Amino acid sequence: MNVKVLGGGCSKCETLLANAKEAVAKANVEAEVEYITDFSVIAGYGIMSTPALIIDEKIVSMGKVLKSSEIEKLLK
Amino acid sequence: MWTMIQDQILGMKWLHALIGNMLQTLGLDVTGKLGGTIHFFIYDVIKIVLLLCTLIFLISYIQSYFPPERTRKILGRFHGMGANIIAALLGTVTPFCSCSSIPLFIGFTGAGLPLGVTFSFLISSPMVDLGSLVLLMSIFGGKVAIVYVVLGLVIAVGGGTLIEKMHLENQVEDFIRNAKSIEIPQEELKVKDRMKYSADQVAGTFKKVFPYILVGVGIGAFIHNWIPEDLVVRFLGNGNPFGVIFATIAGVPMYADIFGCIPIAEALLAKGAKLGVVLSFMMGVTTLSLPSMIMLKKAIKPKLLGVFIGICTVGIMLVGYLFNAIQYFVI
Repeated sequence: MNVKVLGGGCSKCETLLANAKEAVAKANVEAEVEYITDFSVIAGYGIMSTPALIIDEKIVSMGKVLKSSEIEKLLK
Repeated sequence: MWTMIQDQILGMKWLHALIGNMLQTLGLDVTGKLGGTIHFFIYDVIKIVLLLCTLIFLISYIQSYFPPERTRKILGRFHGMGANIIAALLGTVTPFCSCSSIPLFIGFTGAGLPLGVTFSFLISSPMVDLGSLVLLMSIFGGKVAIVYVVLGLVIAVGGGTLIEKMHLENQVEDFIRNAKSIEIPQEELKVKDRMKYSADQVAGTFKKVFPYILVGVGIGAFIHNWIPEDLVVRFLGNGNPFGVIFATIAGVPMYADIFGCIPIAEALLAKGAKLGVVLSFMMGVTTLSLPSMIMLKKAIKPKLLGVFIGICTVGIMLVGYLFNAIQYFVI
């Protein structure tokens, strides 16, 4: 699996990244967590509010800091 | 009836009296300097936290209907000055944090929205929001709040229109101008989702701004009880015609939430500072700040950034002087 956290580097984005990593570790899935701060890539996905979360190239959340338990559910 | 709502519900006079009585019972003289400071501090922290939680919840609920994607779609239907006005109005209800400003910028530009419309949105969004409306109503009364919001919208519409007229499109970084806009389907939210979103926003905002509130109220309590009135009048009141200019320049680089600066504003006003001086300070603090400028600098070239800062600063000063002039009619 591939998990991407997209954000500009603010505290909300950092929190989402940490939560995503935690979720991956807990859910026991093979997943790579990427942190994307390049705005042209972010815009390429059509995302207008950060932080955003993408799992296997599908946008699952925008403008929200999901908790690690919420991300865990999305990973399954 | 309106006075009752304003004093008791929004202004929470009852809370002031209650805490005063409690402190008296504990043997503290609330008319003295130290007692007065403690009284002001406890009352203001509780009041602002209560207002913050209620307001953020209600506002987030309304905001959940206006994600940036929807705002962009609505804006695409308007042209000319109408688009600037709608952008300024939507700026007040679209959830927005400074780190989203660049993706939002790209989204707006990519969808073909004029630069001026984007800027009307970017100016109005931090300066005027529903929270500041109710908060100002609670502290300074309804008239001040409404005039503040209207003038904030005027700056946003005027500033955006001016940027449009100056044809600064070449001042936007290439990666933004060349970005394509993609429409992604919106998920349909249920009442439960909106409630949860609002509750999350309350928790997140509270965590973020609580330290600012403590610092703000601390400074407010200090001003309230320890700073001599004639000093405030001399520098920020009738004694100083340049008060507004100083307040704006002092406020611009600072970064704080409106919930943090309101107790300072409240205390200064009570000590004889002019209304325009405290409001221009507040507008300066909330609208422009170093972190948001550093963020914007990645998206626009120095000239446009300079124009943007210039327009906001001059606009805030004009609003300040206007408030000074009408102070006796609105308070």
